[in-house]
Amino acid sequence: MEYFIQQLINGISVGSIYALIALGYTMVYGIIKLINFAHGDVFMVGSFIGLFSARYLASAGLPPVLVLIISLIFSMTVSALLGITIERLAYKPLRKSTRIAALITAIGVSFLLEYTGVLVLGPQAQGFPDILAKKQYQLFGTSIQVESNQVMILITTIILMIILQYIVRYTKTGKAMRAVSFDMEAARLMGINVDRTISATFAIGSALAAAAGVIFGMTYNSVDPLMGVMPGLKAFVAAVLGGIGSIPGALVGGLLLGTVETEISSLGYSSWRDGVAFAVLILILIFKPSGLFGKNVREKV
Amino acid sequence: MNKKFWLGIIAALALYGVVQVLLTTGVLNDVSKSMLLLICVNVMLAVSLNLINGITGQFSIGHAGFMSVGAYTSAILTLDYDAPFVVAIIIGGLVAALCGVLIGIPTLRLNGDYLAIATLGFGEIIRIIMLNTEYVGGASGLSGIPAKSTWTILFLFTLVTVVLINNFIRSTHGRACLAIRENEIAAEAMGINTTLYKVIAFTIGALFAGMAGGLSAHTFYVITPGSFNFLKSFEILVMVVLGGLGSTAGSIVGAVFVTLLYTYLRDFPEWRMIIYSIVLILMMIFRPGGLLGSTKFSLKKFGKKEAKANGGIGDSSAS
Repeated sequence: MEYFIQQLINGISVGSIYALIALGYTMVYGIIKLINFAHGDVFMVGSFIGLFSARYLASAGLPPVLVLIISLIFSMTVSALLGITIERLAYKPLRKSTRIAALITAIGVSFLLEYTGVLVLGPQAQGFPDILAKKQYQLFGTSIQVESNQVMILITTIILMIILQYIVRYTKTGKAMRAVSFDMEAARLMGINVDRTISATFAIGSALAAAAGVIFGMTYNSVDPLMGVMPGLKAFVAAVLGGIGSIPGALVGGLLLGTVETEISSLGYSSWRDGVAFAVLILILIFKPSGLFGKNVREKV
Repeated sequence: MNKKFWLGIIAALALYGVVQVLLTTGVLNDVSKSMLLLICVNVMLAVSLNLINGITGQFSIGHAGFMSVGAYTSAILTLDYDAPFVVAIIIGGLVAALCGVLIGIPTLRLNGDYLAIATLGFGEIIRIIMLNTEYVGGASGLSGIPAKSTWTILFLFTLVTVVLINNFIRSTHGRACLAIRENEIAAEAMGINTTLYKVIAFTIGALFAGMAGGLSAHTFYVITPGSFNFLKSFEILVMVVLGGLGSTAGSIVGAVFVTLLYTYLRDFPEWRMIIYSIVLILMMIFRPGGLLGSTKFSLKKFGKKEAKANGGIGDSSAS
């Protein structure tokens, strides 16, 4: 039982990373019906920016907590700008063409980011500095251990979720986002600036992916230009699992997938882990394509 | 079987003859020869993926999965069971086709993006199964596969693939597939069994991808799970999109072009991927019909004359 709970805690910390990336997928999909394949690579870029700024700030002698917060914010800002740029250059010209054309473009952007990364940074993995000293905590006198990193991940995720909920529920941009995802044409007629709203969606999604990237780097201590592929795909699985287009769905899907994965690894089938994630995806698509929290939308003729 | 068909066959045989003479006289060296073989494999892959993506409009990005099933099956047959080469290739193709049916039936209820991601998932699952199966060599794969693919055999297989798929496209069934691409709901309303045709397209596509996989395994001696990953599927997609979704001739041109690019940029793999991706993005933005498809032309004809949709190659292109 304690072993199971231990794996559950590990699963939640992996799942938080998936959840943060999945939010970007789900928001972009909700608004322009595009699987933004490049999202996993924005996560990678975010991780590298976090790495470089953390290295720089740590050598400047700042206290660790400040290093973490500043590099997190810096990485989120730059990635948000990257997200907006990608949308403007690659996806906006395709707004009127078919979804398949947009999907092919997204795959293209994804590979462009990955291999530009390989070209510039080299294919080998780089070590991510330990920003915060790692500590272990015993839980309630049991053998269950919680790492300080896991606590940090959970706190960061929760703070970002609260900010996101606030933006989507109460701000003007958030209301515009909800309106555009409900009916783009009607929103336009109501005087909403659709282009700006879509840019905002990409910015927020990319910023969350960057935060996930920094957290990922701190957890696994290693980043490389192709690191975005698998977490990106799995975050998409998480988004579909929770019901694509639904923000709570992305959170639940991410946590669920993270937990399933760590449980499978702990049973000794770690080499099957990625396969299981895709099997989950296909089962969900076949039996409940709208996901756990998704609405069932009929296709109109 | 009209005049155009026989002209095409004669041209193909002439091409075969010229290359055969060049090979026997030694004008083409080993590098060029292996490039020729690779072109044949890639043409098979591109033409078969075009049937699924370009003609039927079902976006599949798991073609490398079917390819790997064919490659592993035929390699095991020749390595462990001493099966005759051609038989092994055909059985490899049939097993891949069976996978096509199995994957097709449940997933083809999905469309567009969801199908794309499901096929991607299937491709990855197949790769992970191969990776974890000791019998097929795990991560190191199978090696020492007899190099039995010759120019003649590859050329014949490629020719048969192109002829069969092209004839399928022009048949009643092919037109049903085109109808599904244009508008699935309308096609269904016209009485076309959309699921059936989608499964047929998937199965035929998988069959030829499997044979291409078997042939490539017997050309390059070694297969590993890593050689059939998402990158390979992506490369086949680039060929099809570059040539023009929905155009068989385009797929062939795309396959030849990408193979040349691949060979000449062999020492700069990251540049190769960057060029692929920029080509894809620019293509989708400025010329979504590909090199040999012209959307505007056929749409105009369609709208003005209200002529029946022409399913011929070259002038039909995906949206």
